[in-house]
Amino acid sequence: MSAGTGSAPDGSGPPAHALNSGPATPVSVVACPNGPLLIRGDFELIGPDGNELPRTRRTVALCRCGASVLKPYCDGSHKLTGFRSDP
Amino acid sequence: MKQPSPRGEAGALLLAVIGGTGGSGREDLARLDAVVEAAVARTPDILHDDDLQLTLFCLYELHYSGIDGVVDDWEWDLQLLGVRQRIEAAFEARVRAEAVVGALPEATSEAVCAELFRLTGEDSGPSMSRFVAKTATHDQLREFLVHRSISQLREADPHTWAIPRLAGRAKAALVEIQADEYGNGLLARMHSSLFARTMRELGMDDAYGAYLDAAPAITLASNNLMSLFGLNRRLRGAIVGHLAAYEMTSSLPNRLYSRGFARHGYGDAATGYFDEHVEADAVHEQIAGRDMAGGLVESDPQLLPDVLFGAAAALAVDSLMTARIMAAWEEGRSSLRPSEAMAS
Repeated sequence: MSAGTGSAPDGSGPPAHALNSGPATPVSVVACPNGPLLIRGDFELIGPDGNELPRTRRTVALCRCGASVLKPYCDGSHKLTGFRSDP
Repeated sequence: MKQPSPRGEAGALLLAVIGGTGGSGREDLARLDAVVEAAVARTPDILHDDDLQLTLFCLYELHYSGIDGVVDDWEWDLQLLGVRQRIEAAFEARVRAEAVVGALPEATSEAVCAELFRLTGEDSGPSMSRFVAKTATHDQLREFLVHRSISQLREADPHTWAIPRLAGRAKAALVEIQADEYGNGLLARMHSSLFARTMRELGMDDAYGAYLDAAPAITLASNNLMSLFGLNRRLRGAIVGHLAAYEMTSSLPNRLYSRGFARHGYGDAATGYFDEHVEADAVHEQIAGRDMAGGLVESDPQLLPDVLFGAAAALAVDSLMTARIMAAWEEGRSSLRPSEAMAS
């Protein structure tokens, strides 16, 4: 916690993933069986136009079944489609 | 919260004693204990017992935000704790009979996670989310919010009791989930704030407990279950399993709930709560299953049965709640108890 990074109580502060200060945390990716890729740590998600994608949380789940309507984020659709991650 | 209307002898006596309107002597508390003992002995089903569920709800409320007109000291009154334990013992026994845990998986993170996904993926009774998406009337949307308001206006709080009871990987995972539930420090993004905004969009009172009198026993039971698991350290495995089950049964239904409110012409201010849960809980369910529940079992394998019991209990009690609401709606009735709050 530091005095300079407080955010307005109305939600207009910096994005949630930018709130922590200090040295960068290494990025880890968990390939969840039959589910998404869970990404933790300090990373940026960039769109094809080079701009950062809208993001409201530090840890994200990226779709890898192709069925999410929130791509690139997971929306749980893999459970409906019976997606299997094992070869 | 404001004092609710009692639903029977036990609740009336409790509220009179702690509200200071009826005696507050030790003999009144002894009488309360006797009344509760008799009520527990004769109830046909404590899950649907309005008097006992409201009494338990009020006893738990002393540990949360309190009840208007009730002095804070009642929270740790030994006689009241004794009354609470009487109801809790019967409640837990009833839930354990309802939520039977099958064969146990290996006590590894991945096996626990897979079993929780299997358990929560089983179809259990009628789907309220599909009904809300396609069919629910505007009045039914309001009823839906009343049922949900009892937990969602203080979303995440019962599971937060578990934080100091966990350590290591499981604790880090629980805190990661809860931080998101509380908006990562942004009040407007706190899930309870998002739910309050949805209620206001439908012209409803967003004060905690405003519609408590309208909530039937089984809705209170669903909330009491979380407090039972959260407030008793011996049930830390169950509160963890409960949260995992909630996270794993959230993304897809919330997408449908959002659709139901959009169908009635509501915009982002009303659907934001549900939309947020689609994305958030797709993240949370992975953390909850693997790192929180799996991590807890790996560090303390003896907790494995209770982790699965907590998940099964969450599904069983909420399935009874859904069945009751859907049965009322299918018969064209309200799923709520008659109350002044909903009449206004």
